[in-house]
Amino acid sequence: MIEPFTRHRGLVGPMDRANVDTDMIIPKQFLKSIKKTGFGLNLFDELRYLEQGHQDLNLKERETNPDFPLNNERYIGSTILLTRENFGCGSSREHAPWALKDYGFRAIIASSFADIFYNNCFKNGLLPIILNRDVVDQLFKQLYSEVGFSISIDLYLQKVFLDNGCYFTFQIDEFYKNCLLEGLDEIDVTLRNKEAITRYEIERRKLHPWIFGAIG
Amino acid sequence: MTGQTLYDKLWESHVVFNRHDGSTLLYIDRHILHEVTSPQAFEGLRLAGRRPWRLDTNIATPDHNISTDPGERKAGVEGIPDETSRIQVKALDDNCNEFGIKEFKMNDMGQGIVHVMGPELGVTMPGMTVVCGDSHTATHGALGCLAHGIGTSEVEHVLASQCLVTKKMKNMRVTVNGKLGFGVTPKDVILAIIGKIGTAGGTGHAIEFSGDVFADMSVEGRMTVCNMAIEAGARVGLVAVDEKTIDYVKGRRYVPKGKLFDTASSYWRSLVSDEGAQFDKEVLMSANEIAPQVSWGTSPEMVAEVSGRIPKMSSMTTPSEREGLRHALEYMGLEEGQKITSIMVDRVFIGSCTNSRIEDLRAAAEVVKGRKRAETVKQVLVVPGSQIVKSQAETEGLHSVFVDAGMEWREPGCSMCLAMNDDKLGAGEHCASTSNRNFEGRQGSGGRTHLMSPAMAAAAAITGRIVDVRTFSGNSR
Ligand code: SF4
Repeated sequence: MIEPFTRHRGLVGPMDRANVDTDMIIPKQFLKSIKKTGFGLNLFDELRYLEQGHQDLNLKERETNPDFPLNNERYIGSTILLTRENFGCGSSREHAPWALKDYGFRAIIASSFADIFYNNCFKNGLLPIILNRDVVDQLFKQLYSEVGFSISIDLYLQKVFLDNGCYFTFQIDEFYKNCLLEGLDEIDVTLRNKEAITRYEIERRKLHPWIFGAIG
Repeated sequence: MTGQTLYDKLWESHVVFNRHDGSTLLYIDRHILHEVTSPQAFEGLRLAGRRPWRLDTNIATPDHNISTDPGERKAGVEGIPDETSRIQVKALDDNCNEFGIKEFKMNDMGQGIVHVMGPELGVTMPGMTVVCGDSHTATHGALGCLAHGIGTSEVEHVLASQCLVTKKMKNMRVTVNGKLGFGVTPKDVILAIIGKIGTAGGTGHAIEFSGDVFADMSVEGRMTVCNMAIEAGARVGLVAVDEKTIDYVKGRRYVPKGKLFDTASSYWRSLVSDEGAQFDKEVLMSANEIAPQVSWGTSPEMVAEVSGRIPKMSSMTTPSEREGLRHALEYMGLEEGQKITSIMVDRVFIGSCTNSRIEDLRAAAEVVKGRKRAETVKQVLVVPGSQIVKSQAETEGLHSVFVDAGMEWREPGCSMCLAMNDDKLGAGEHCASTSNRNFEGRQGSGGRTHLMSPAMAAAAAITGRIVDVRTFSGNSR
């Protein structure tokens, strides 16, 4: 069961760069954990802290980088990340959405996302929203000029609402939308079709027998 | 009906059914696992009380964080000094034992980087759907199979159901016709393509590589190309099946033999795009516009010809491009307009799932033979992609060529491609690397990566700076 996403209102935080890759979101030295939680402490680690991090370092003693926007007091507690194109490119690590979620983000707004990352978000109750570049520019302007800039997201209506009454509609696949709205366990849903899978396998075994039984 | 693309054919033959929300339940033939993206998936199975749907489809091997140091490797899993790495490798062993999954353990013959091991053992074959919790799974598409990376939740999903809930991508074709010039390798071809279409050029698409250049290319070369489809934004890279593909798979460990092989190969021969098949996006390039490539920045699209220069600020059109260039130059410690061949290198890495196969090592050894590593170069790592590649290279004496030149001959693994073990760059160090990603900190915090072919990396190791392998003295011996 994942945490469902229906409506959310939250503070917006900036990651004002294009092509933010998953190595940047969660550097590889933190991928050695065999758990799904705790990655939030190391989200954007190399940008967020002054000295290089590794897993055993006591986080309380690490000096944060004052120039990294998300460390700025006005963005502390933000739950919606605003960023630019091709967010989440590079490695397929699901640790990236785990880290974003664990840090407290529920939604990410960008002008585009890398495919695997986009897909991974939905498995973890994180909503990636694609808005066009001009809108993203406009949101950045507002974010910088207005302390406490917060927005509301309604997944059901597929809209992002600003407090001034403006709103933007975003596109999302019905399939992805349902995953988030219902917080379904996808494996359960798939396993409800056991017979169909078995039927496919029987047919396939006749056609391409070499696919079966080789490894073991 | 118009013709089908190769991707359409592969897709269609694996549809279990289309769901009413527009997604598809797709059957997965082969699933490869490694230590970094699987532990949470096994944990998920355990918590839900589920077992793998099929055992004869999964295969595992550790590669990402294991040491490549021969001494440390001898000490076995218990001897891995870094505790978190040890736990992760042990977790893979334990999970495979518990669930009955075939694993090539750290020092087994057969172990290797997932994308080197798979094709090499015939674990992956034409016509299959292949997934692995690693974005470079696109590599396997060189054999005419539908292969792509998945996240850990999907690893669990595939283990539990042998299926993936997914959506069909669009079709894209990159055609490169003509003949490649001397010294121009598959790595240069894919870097040039990424330079042209950009790192998001293939997003949402499956890219089929077609034309003379790929027809002439060895199957290993095609793997190098498909490997980096993901750096062009595409989850899937493909090359149509031809006689080279059939010859490549023949006789490999898990490939059928005798009559079954004949049946299989006649099916495999149908795995090409039909004449007249429609692609949503087409890119056309000519082989003679491709020279050896070197990346100078922090994204794989930041590449230039080795004889060229880093772009100038004035050639950037948008503010965000200027900002991107400024940021990359600052990180890389380079100047706008600087000549590529003026870049000095501190370390050299020959390895990774892009370029650690036997042909890559031969190409590097050819350049190195009878020469010495430049004294200014601190370290040259030569890391074969698998135990089988390693043993083949040793049979051919390639390892002595490297060792005699003052280079380090290592045990198979991902090594300095992502620097999860001790193989890493120091801050500020420049590295000539045959890997696939030059992101900030990828090869070590503050490290500066220059992507290039094995021959170019070898030449850089000898001269201490980036050099055009075509004019490298001695290459024409
Ligand atoms: S060699 Fe590098 S890119 Fe390839 S699987 Fe290993 S870490 Fe990933």
